[in-house]
Amino acid sequence: MDFSFTKEQERLRQEVRDFLETKVTDGEFQVKSNGWVESHSQKFSKDMSRRGWIGMTWPKEYGGHNQSYIDRAIVMEEMLTYQAPIGFHFLADRQVGPAIIHFGNDEQKKTYLPKIINADISIAIGLSEPNAGSDLVSVKTTAMEQGDFYIINGQKVWTTGGHRADYIWCLVRTDLNAPKHKALSEFIVDVKTPGITVRPIINMAGVHSFNEIFFEDVKVPKENLVGPKNRGFYQLMAQVDYERAGLERLMQNYPLFKNLVEYAKKEKRNGNPLSKDPFIRNKLAELEVEYQVGRLFCYQVAWTLSQGRIPNYEAALCKAFCTQFEQRLSDAATRVLGLYGQLMPGSKYAPMDGDAADSYLWSVSYTIQGGTLEVLKNIVATRGLGLPVAKS
Amino acid sequence: MGFVFPEKYGGMEGSFLDLTVLMEEMGRACLPGPFFSTVILGGISLLEGGNEKQKERFLPKIAKGEIILTLAVTEVSGNYEPEGIETRSVKTEEGYTIDGTKLFVPDAHIADYILVAARTEEGKGNNGIALFIIDTKSPGITVTPLKTISGDKQCEVRFEGVKIKEDALIGGLNNGWSIIQKVWPKIVVARCAEMVGGAQEALGMTINYAKEREQFGSPIGTLQAVQHYCADMVADVDGCRYITYQAAWMLSCGLSCDKEVAMAKAWCSDAFRRVTAKGHQIHGAIGFTEEHDLHLYYKKAKTWELFYGDSNFHREIVAQQMGL
Repeated sequence: MDFSFTKEQERLRQEVRDFLETKVTDGEFQVKSNGWVESHSQKFSKDMSRRGWIGMTWPKEYGGHNQSYIDRAIVMEEMLTYQAPIGFHFLADRQVGPAIIHFGNDEQKKTYLPKIINADISIAIGLSEPNAGSDLVSVKTTAMEQGDFYIINGQKVWTTGGHRADYIWCLVRTDLNAPKHKALSEFIVDVKTPGITVRPIINMAGVHSFNEIFFEDVKVPKENLVGPKNRGFYQLMAQVDYERAGLERLMQNYPLFKNLVEYAKKEKRNGNPLSKDPFIRNKLAELEVEYQVGRLFCYQVAWTLSQGRIPNYEAALCKAFCTQFEQRLSDAATRVLGLYGQLMPGSKYAPMDGDAADSYLWSVSYTIQGGTLEVLKNIVATRGLGLPVAKS
Repeated sequence: MGFVFPEKYGGMEGSFLDLTVLMEEMGRACLPGPFFSTVILGGISLLEGGNEKQKERFLPKIAKGEIILTLAVTEVSGNYEPEGIETRSVKTEEGYTIDGTKLFVPDAHIADYILVAARTEEGKGNNGIALFIIDTKSPGITVTPLKTISGDKQCEVRFEGVKIKEDALIGGLNNGWSIIQKVWPKIVVARCAEMVGGAQEALGMTINYAKEREQFGSPIGTLQAVQHYCADMVADVDGCRYITYQAAWMLSCGLSCDKEVAMAKAWCSDAFRRVTAKGHQIHGAIGFTEEHDLHLYYKKAKTWELFYGDSNFHREIVAQQMGL
């Protein structure tokens, strides 16, 4: 057993930190909770690419760097500490690239992987639909064969970054008669294809990151089908473990945590520092213990991936635990601040520029997106513990 | 018994990390024996603070399983602060006289020797404390087992004019508290390792039960309410495991880890208790009878939660380490 990082890894961490410090000093972005979701900068992603921080774990023959998942986790931990604007490449780096590596053909690997690594293209994920949320296997968007093309019709929703993406990774129905889970396929679709309409959805924190995407007779070349036809659902089950496993599920409001601790040390109430209040001391220490436990969960998943294994229940458990931590953090922050805890960014008197209240609004989505808490717990119980599935 | 002792004292030179594996299995079995008090509380304290003569005298006997030891720190204040130590040691010509009452001393009723923290000087806080090793057959010692929730034996030990020789002193005269501080993280993490094993076992029992027990024509494990309790239990148990292994690994490497040790005990104290409580809810009525073993874990979880600081106590250490 070894909990230490190698000297090279410590160097890597320092290198990333120096990179980010320079970017902040240059005013390229501001450190703010949820920043990594809100912001999107191809220039920033290109700078990361030049340093070899996109496609870090991918094979060298496609321009990857063949590094370990621990190395990637280190880069991500620093990026998230600063909430850097990694939105341009993030989804492609996290899950589309690995999916192409696992299921794509050689042509697809050669076409897309170098472009992802070079931050030339941004990819969004089109899984959920109005009537297929947790029950993803019920997607109704169809792709029907017609000559050398598939014609896609239907609607996706909650497509993060869909308004800024070059491609959408789509889960669609390719067989109307087969059982649901044997009728789905995955496509990579160019957003500029005629027949695609993107409509924004503003979240309750006032931010546009989600979208609805409508497909009307969208003609997609057959070579954009990734993996065998009708195997999409099985492919997806392996992909979502990447989506669930990362530090981004723990650190989305990390700046709030860091600033809250500093605020409690400095700020006085009735002449005494907030940090001397027994409730606040205990609460902040409790959050710290939970945070550190969550961090160990995340690194355990990264370590499992670095051993060439796909995590089993651990990725679901990690996301379930970590997103609840993020929610408790934002709630605790608003209460530590008292009446000031409701002040939004830009308000007069708002401590930490309203990050507590803003994060409290964002936090509702943490335990829903990318697999609800309840679905994740089902996975831990059935896949992890082998509890029986109810007869339906 | 001598797993982590040097070979020259009849030990096997195992690392502290190795020892935690053993402790985890003991916790899994809810082992009712004086291993913890003899080896962790007694043996490791002697190893850290004793002189060569004392080590030669006691450690080989511990390694052979010939003597039982324990450590007496806490008193009527019921806490682990140096201010709580009021038992007095007075210098005499031949050695010292000890007077006072120790509480919650594990396995004192069967111990051959008790390591006792006693105050040498009033008003000197943690600088006025000495650690002695005292033969329990010495005149003036009365041991009364207390009736605890888990049925383990924690005792009141009264010292009334107990005369001991100079060679009973462990470390320097006012050095007792620094020895306790040195051993403290190992005591805490060894107990956490037992909590990892105990929590894992309570979880395992519960999963098996949820798969077998049928109601409404199906195993209760098909019910999502039950499944979600089980998933919460896994988060608690895996959390216990990683946070404890991290602290044990750091201790084994000789790294400074006051915060990691406190985080481990803070987490395990709450998590083991939650796991056993949810385990009971899933087991239903059979779980709260003596016919089933689950109650042993529920009880241990409470005793071990309170042992050497509960989660509030350890979160205060974490708060200090955060600079609050």
